[in-house]
Amino acid sequence: MGKELKNSPLHNEHTRLKAKFTEFAGWYLPLEFEGTLKEHKAVREVAGVFDVSHMGEIIIEGPDAVKYADFLVTNDVTHLKPGQACYTPMCNENGGILDDLIVYKITTEKIMMVVNAANTDKDYKWITSHASDFDVEIRDVSNDYALIAFQGPKSEELLQSLSSVRLSTIPYYSFTYGRISGVPCMISRTGYTGEDGFEFYVDPEAAVILWRRLHDIVKTSGGALCGLGARDLLRLEAGYLLYGNDMDESTTPLEAGLSWTVKFEKGTFIGKEALLEKKKKGLEKRLRGIVVEDKGIPRPGDSIVVSNEEVGTITSGGFSPMLGKGIALAYLKIEYAKEGTDVGVVTKRKELKARVTKPSFYRGSVRSR
Amino acid sequence: MKKFAKSHEWVEVEGKTAVVGISNHAQEELGDVVYVDLPEPGKEVKKGEVLCTIESVKAAADVYSPVSGKVLEVNKNLEEKPELVNESPESNGWLVKLEIVDESELSDLMDEEEYRKFCESEG
Repeated sequence: MGKELKNSPLHNEHTRLKAKFTEFAGWYLPLEFEGTLKEHKAVREVAGVFDVSHMGEIIIEGPDAVKYADFLVTNDVTHLKPGQACYTPMCNENGGILDDLIVYKITTEKIMMVVNAANTDKDYKWITSHASDFDVEIRDVSNDYALIAFQGPKSEELLQSLSSVRLSTIPYYSFTYGRISGVPCMISRTGYTGEDGFEFYVDPEAAVILWRRLHDIVKTSGGALCGLGARDLLRLEAGYLLYGNDMDESTTPLEAGLSWTVKFEKGTFIGKEALLEKKKKGLEKRLRGIVVEDKGIPRPGDSIVVSNEEVGTITSGGFSPMLGKGIALAYLKIEYAKEGTDVGVVTKRKELKARVTKPSFYRGSVRSR
Repeated sequence: MKKFAKSHEWVEVEGKTAVVGISNHAQEELGDVVYVDLPEPGKEVKKGEVLCTIESVKAAADVYSPVSGKVLEVNKNLEEKPELVNESPESNGWLVKLEIVDESELSDLMDEEEYRKFCESEG
């Protein structure tokens, strides 16, 4: 037997609503409530509520908090103002991606990193073991927070009735503190769906109250409670990468299409030398989008071929309801990574005609940075 | 009367024609169906061979033929409405009609009651 699976603070709510469950990153989580496609549609058209309490939270606090966070990640943390956040990879010395995360600058001496559930322990060890030259204190506070996401084009409008915080004043990748339906939260305008939306960091004890209230408002507005199935489909359509599928320690941010998060011009950071070297030498593979023209669905592990030569592998794949086609993310040999290249996807049963695209298939109501 | 296979297909025989689909239990396990890769009419299949493939939001699942036979007709409605497999798996969401060759192949399939117990025992 493996390690016992962890339950979210909202587990009893999900059981009561007869959610279908799945195992993910050591957690027992809702896969779907009413069906993945229905939940997907609700988020694209109205709003959906997600329990993402499995995400990890690590605090770095002290006089060197900002300096240290900036040393750990590839994006620039020093330019953030308190109340702002950024998306960033964290790399090892070889430039391999240890994790992708959101860095929140809470004060000039306090940073919160929100990391993938499967990587929380690994990240915490990494962060504590590189801190000796910095005046910081590091805490894994994952158990102190439940995390609820509210995503969709109507999210601001629907939430505003539950809060005195003027939500329209929170820009994308910014956050504030306030109450939603009476529950004190850190309210962050972030998400993983391609739609506008918010994420609420709350006390696990208070999470049920907030969850029920959000359930009420989606029930009466055409929205839905959403499971991991819809979350994965939405993020794939939006072209957002999933750690463990689309990137890991064997890939660098440059290959993963995350060059925009690597700020070579800032001070030193772990992996900088290796990434500069890689950039100079040129990349051998690159993450791209794949749109399937035939009927059929690409799945992770399927090969990409060009005239019988294997030129890449799919890392995430599925059916896009918005395009009505199979879509995928894949690493391609650089000479085949050009947009518009005709390729084949070799599934279990047949070869499908497909085309290389930008790794972003649908852009909804999400704000721009 | 419907008969069920351990691999969760059903078959209903009228004369020489067998209608084949997947059970309600199977569609629940699969999740939302987005595409059904149906065989060409005329194709011959043996009992236990792959008859067609159903793609759901989660995965691709092979459907095994509960009896041997020749494909007479496929459910064309599934091209536009694959969700029929979820909404009506044991009726309008049928997959394939086969001309059967050996009725004795039905004998080791389960009736509805036996199949229900089988699903319960599988957990």
